[in-house]
Amino acid sequence: MMIRIANEPIDLQSIVRSVITPESGGINVFVGTTRNHAGGRSVDLLEYEAYEPMALKMMHAIVEEAKERWPLHAVAVVHRLGRVEVGEVSVAIAVSSAHRKEAFEATRFLIDELKRVVPIWKREYFSDGSVEWSQQTDEQVVSSNT
Amino acid sequence: MKVTLLLFSVAKDLAGFDTKELEVPDHATTDDVLEMLSKLNSGFLAWKGRLRFAVNQEYVPPNFELHPGDEVAIIPPVSGG
Repeated sequence: MMIRIANEPIDLQSIVRSVITPESGGINVFVGTTRNHAGGRSVDLLEYEAYEPMALKMMHAIVEEAKERWPLHAVAVVHRLGRVEVGEVSVAIAVSSAHRKEAFEATRFLIDELKRVVPIWKREYFSDGSVEWSQQTDEQVVSSNT
Repeated sequence: MKVTLLLFSVAKDLAGFDTKELEVPDHATTDDVLEMLSKLNSGFLAWKGRLRFAVNQEYVPPNFELHPGDEVAIIPPVSGG
């Protein structure tokens, strides 16, 4: 199970390869890339920071939850940290299962949960020179044990 | 008692540090920690209600009681992905 935080560029091929099993009939991949705009303003660069031990713990927890909900063969979740240029990959999720439906649903669940509970923060370097923590968050109330 | 405070993102910017050994009264709660920080920088008040706490790397309910040696992290709205 490839679940990690990466300080170097994310290698998509190795992530996809890591979830292939002989039983699998479908692999679904979500790739998040950095955008050149936020809130109508131009962005040059993004920088991610994490509460690393807890982020990894939460990444493992959401993968375990996905495996309980769907019959998955393998899952990979990798999130990049540090400075990420526009157009680079910041997060990649790959899921394998016997059939595509489970793979699609589980991938959607994993990226939604990652954005909701994993303690990672994005700082935007705007073209006008200002630097701000991203306000585009998925803010939701989190219950005590998620 | 002593706890270890960790701050991230906007909370780190408001406090001006990212980690601190903090002396708190026995039975202090996460609300007490936030109050201490608000005295340091009143900017924390505007974030009250949007900051979550994690204790020993688990999210905790509001006003959670702390114990000696706890690792107490302030978690501003996350924005990974």
